[in-house]
Amino acid sequence: MSKIIEGLYYSESHEYVRVEGEFGFIGITDHAQHELGNVVYVDMPEVDDEVTAGEEFGAVESTKAASDLICPVSGTVVEVNEALEDEPGLINKDAFENWIIKVELSDKGELDNLMDAAGYKAMIGE
Amino acid sequence: MADEIKITCLHDKHVALGALMSPFAGYDMPIQYNGIETEHNAVRKAVGVFDVSHMGEVRITGPQAEKFVNYIFTNDIAGAEVGKVFYGMMLYPDGGTVDDLLVYKMGENDLFLVINAANIDKDVAWINQQAANFDVKVDHQSDYYSQLAIQGPEAEKTMAAVLNIDCSDLTFYTHKEIEYDGETIIVSRTGYTGEDGFEVYASAAVIMKMWDMLMAAGVQPCGLGCRDTLRFEAGLPLYGDELTAEISPIVATLGMFCKLDKEGGFIGRDACAQQKAEGSAKKLVGLELKDKAIPRHGYEVLDGDKVVGYITTGYRSISCEKSLAFALVDRAVGALGNELSVRIRKKVFPATVVKKRFYQPNYKK
Repeated sequence: MSKIIEGLYYSESHEYVRVEGEFGFIGITDHAQHELGNVVYVDMPEVDDEVTAGEEFGAVESTKAASDLICPVSGTVVEVNEALEDEPGLINKDAFENWIIKVELSDKGELDNLMDAAGYKAMIGE
Repeated sequence: MADEIKITCLHDKHVALGALMSPFAGYDMPIQYNGIETEHNAVRKAVGVFDVSHMGEVRITGPQAEKFVNYIFTNDIAGAEVGKVFYGMMLYPDGGTVDDLLVYKMGENDLFLVINAANIDKDVAWINQQAANFDVKVDHQSDYYSQLAIQGPEAEKTMAAVLNIDCSDLTFYTHKEIEYDGETIIVSRTGYTGEDGFEVYASAAVIMKMWDMLMAAGVQPCGLGCRDTLRFEAGLPLYGDELTAEISPIVATLGMFCKLDKEGGFIGRDACAQQKAEGSAKKLVGLELKDKAIPRHGYEVLDGDKVVGYITTGYRSISCEKSLAFALVDRAVGALGNELSVRIRKKVFPATVVKKRFYQPNYKK
C-alpha cells in the first residue's frame, strides 16, 4: 500500500503539489515511484522556465521506460531539485520528500482542478 | 486466433512469484520479478533462469535437409559435425531480414531451428514456401517444446548441482541430446546475455519440474526486462529493433554470419554482396552519451542540425553505468569516434560513435 499525504494536491497522472505560500513543490507520488521501479534518470526543466498545467515538463525514467511528467499547475520554475541529478533513486526512497521542481504559482485557482488525498486514494484504488 | 494472448507452461508460477506480466510477441510474459537491476546483476555475477518457452522451434529432416537449410540460412552448416549450433539469419531476396535464428545440427540431414516468438507464423510460412522445391519435411514443433535459459558464470555449476545435468563436455555453441525423466531433451551452451549459459528444450512437464527445482535452489528468476538489458550490453541484436525486413545483416554489421562464398549461395546472398561491396546507405552503430539522459527506441540522431538516423535500442546501462544506444545512421557519419547527438524530448545531447559491444562477453569457448 502506497503512502499518501494529507494536505497535498494530486493529479490524475500521479504528480503532487505541496503548496507553501505562493510556491508549489511538485513531484511524483509514492504510488507512481512504486509503479515505475528504480528511477535512474530525472529530466528536469531549468530555472525560469515557464510550465503550464496539463503540459509535459520533464520525465522520470526507470531502466524499463520513460514516464512523462505532466505539470499539475502553471507558473515559473524557481528551483529544481539538483540532488536528483546525482541520485535519482532518492525518489524511490521518499517521493514526497524529494520533490522535483519548485514553481511560483501563477494561478492558485488551478489547484481546485486537482484531487485531495481522499480523492487520489480512491482513484488508485487503495 | 492471432489476437488471443498465449501463455507458457510456467505462466501460473510467474504470477505466483508476483512477476510483473506483460504481453510480448503474443504471449503474456514475465517482465520482472524482483527488479530489472537485481535480475540483470544476478546473471552477470552468479546465475539466473529465464522462461523462454515462447521461442519457436522447427525441425527439418529429409534427404535434402542440409542443402535446404543452407539455402535459406546465411551461415554455413555444410558438412558440420553433429552437435554444432549456428547463429545466422533468414533473408528476403532483397537482403531484408525474415528472422535471426539458431540452427542445431541434430544429425545428418536433421536440423532444429529456433526462431523468434514474434515471427513464428511468418517464419513457418516462409520456410514452407521455400521448401516446395526441396525433398524435405518441415515439422513445426513450437507447441511441443518449452524452453529455459540458465545464464551466468555459475550456470554450469547450477546445471550439475540442481538439475543433475553435466555440461562440462559442451563447448560454446554446441548441444547434446540427453535422456531426462524418460524423454529426450536438448541442452546447448548458448544464450542471449553475454555470459556463459545453457538453453534447455523439453516438454512442458520437464520444464515445469526443472523450474521448480531451480526455484527451490534459490536461483534468481529473470524476466524479459533484463533479457533485453543483458543482450543489449553484449552487442546482440533483437529482431524488430536491429534487424527487420528493411534492415539486412550487412546494415546491422552482422556480416560475419553471412557466408557469401558458400556453395549454393543463400536467399538474399546477392543483395548482401552488393551492400558489402558498395557500402549500404545505413549502418548500425553504438553510441555513448556523456550525460545521464537515456536515448530510447525511435529518438532522432543528429549530425549538427541534420537528422541522420534513429535509436534502435538504448538504456542507462546497468553493467557499464553509462547511457548507451544502438542507432541506425547514415553510413557517412558512422565512423568510430564520430561526434553526433541525440534528441531526447526537448533537449539535444552529444553522443560519440563507439563499438556496439559495450560489455565484453564472458563466454566459455
